[in-house]
Amino acid sequence: MSEKTNDIIICRCEEITLGEIREWIAKGYETFDELKRVLRVGMGPCQGRGCREMILREIAAKTGKPVADIHPGTFRPPAKPVKLAVLAEGGDK
Amino acid sequence: MTWKRTADVVVVGGGVQGCSIAYNLAKLGVKDIVVLEKGSICSGSTGRCGAGIRAQWGTEMNCRFGLASVEKFEQLHEELGMDCGLNQSGYLMVAYKESEFQQLQKSMKLQNSLGIDTRIVSYAEAREICPGLSAADAVGFTFHNRDGHADPFLTTFAYMEAAKRLGVTFHRFTEVTDVKTVGGKIAGVVTTKGDIDAPVVVDAAGGYSQFIAKMAGVDIPNFSERHEILITEPVEAGVCPPMLMSFSGNYYIQQRPHGSIIGGCSPEGHPQDYEMGTSWDFLEMMSRTFVKLLPRTKGVRVVRQWSGLYNITPDKQPVLCEADNVRGFFLSCGYSGHGFMFAPISGELLAQKILGQDPWIAIDQLHYSRFERGDLLIEPAVV
Ligand SMILES: Cc1cc2nc3c(=O)[nH]c(=O)nc-3n(C[C@H](O)[C@H](O)[C@H](O)COP(=O)(O)OP(=O)(O)OC[C@H]3O[C@@H](n4cnc5c(N)ncnc54)[C@H](O)[C@@H]3O)c2cc1C
Ligand code: FES
Repeated sequence: MSEKTNDIIICRCEEITLGEIREWIAKGYETFDELKRVLRVGMGPCQGRGCREMILREIAAKTGKPVADIHPGTFRPPAKPVKLAVLAEGGDK
Repeated sequence: MTWKRTADVVVVGGGVQGCSIAYNLAKLGVKDIVVLEKGSICSGSTGRCGAGIRAQWGTEMNCRFGLASVEKFEQLHEELGMDCGLNQSGYLMVAYKESEFQQLQKSMKLQNSLGIDTRIVSYAEAREICPGLSAADAVGFTFHNRDGHADPFLTTFAYMEAAKRLGVTFHRFTEVTDVKTVGGKIAGVVTTKGDIDAPVVVDAAGGYSQFIAKMAGVDIPNFSERHEILITEPVEAGVCPPMLMSFSGNYYIQQRPHGSIIGGCSPEGHPQDYEMGTSWDFLEMMSRTFVKLLPRTKGVRVVRQWSGLYNITPDKQPVLCEADNVRGFFLSCGYSGHGFMFAPISGELLAQKILGQDPWIAIDQLHYSRFERGDLLIEPAVV
């Protein structure tokens, strides 16, 4: 695929391009969690809502597996960011 | 990846310890090294840790390990060819009790005698190092500017990539299910992908090291505890420049270069069920610590919380040695809360030991026989 597509930003929170994702998949970092560890994709404020699907599709394309077989990676709480002051007061248990 | 049935060295565990050992062995000329990891690289404690690095320790051996590791981290990017995310803006130790401050000062004297330039700082100076710090209830502070933190993923991957270039093979998603011995010597391993015969096997299985040791017929008293940690959304730099740490205050807090703040503490009770669960108690306690210590973080949001295992020995100091009853079986485990920072040095020392050389910092004290002898290593500055 063209150089141009490689410049597309896939993870907007961490400013990671398609080219970078492809480069690390080629090096053997071919699960979502491994890409997350090396590129921080999915660790931004949106916690991967904006980039997970595209990355899973790219892994599927590069490894030749169906998208449904690609592990979506680990989900960590809280599901929505919560302010420290709210948590410190006990939040809404 | 093709499977070879023999190797010169098999390393069990693809965390920072296993990767550092494999790299250091390859650097010393060992040719046929295989690292076996049941999950993916850095999926164990290493990828879950706070990644703090410090030379502020209370025993001579730990000070020497700490300083050597700091020095290694300072040139790791150059050595391994990959940025490890080192942030060297010091550890600010906070004492809330008189006895604790006296201990910090005692440790500081030892550190100074070994070339570690830790110093006492006043509250005013502490607030220059960490603007916005609120610790009027503290008795005293010590600071060492070469301490800091790194990125645990990048550090481990940097070791792995450098090791690969030197010919080391990595098998992910490959679990060791048995360790073979013959007549008091190591013979190899059995895995979910097949067997490998090898004259040297290294147990770097982190929270699971006691199980690998048991497979080899080696009895170590290690056990694993769950410890929790959280991270906030990224905020502007300078909210918490140094690593803030307190034994009695029961916390460590640091801000990564990309802006997120990481914090951990130890509420009562650490489940030993090997489940990486998270608790509300921790979240609430840690958040309270954050807003008390750094009031301007009140509006900062927590984005993730998780937990990982501390592999613990009776004195919370590591096991780094060859087994007595199974020659060729080496162990690097039991690092409690400091196995990330020591990896650059412990990997090098164990590699020297495996090759029959004298490790340049003596590690005899770290043999597990100390537990039976009752010769525990008393380290006042451990969590
Ligand atoms: C919350 C938290 C905060 C921490 N903070 C710090 C800190 O600030 N500074 C610091 O220095 N340390 C810290 N630590 C401690 C540090 O994480 C560990 O000491 C260190 O990562 C240990 O590295 P390791 O390579 O031995 O273990 P691991 O990273 O756990 O690696 C062991 C690997 O072995 C694999 N394995 C296990 N069994 C098998 C098997 N049968 N077959 C194949 N593979 C197997 C595991 O999957 C794992 O990947 C912290 C730990 C936690 C949990
Ligand atoms: S877009 Fe990737 S984490 Fe938000």
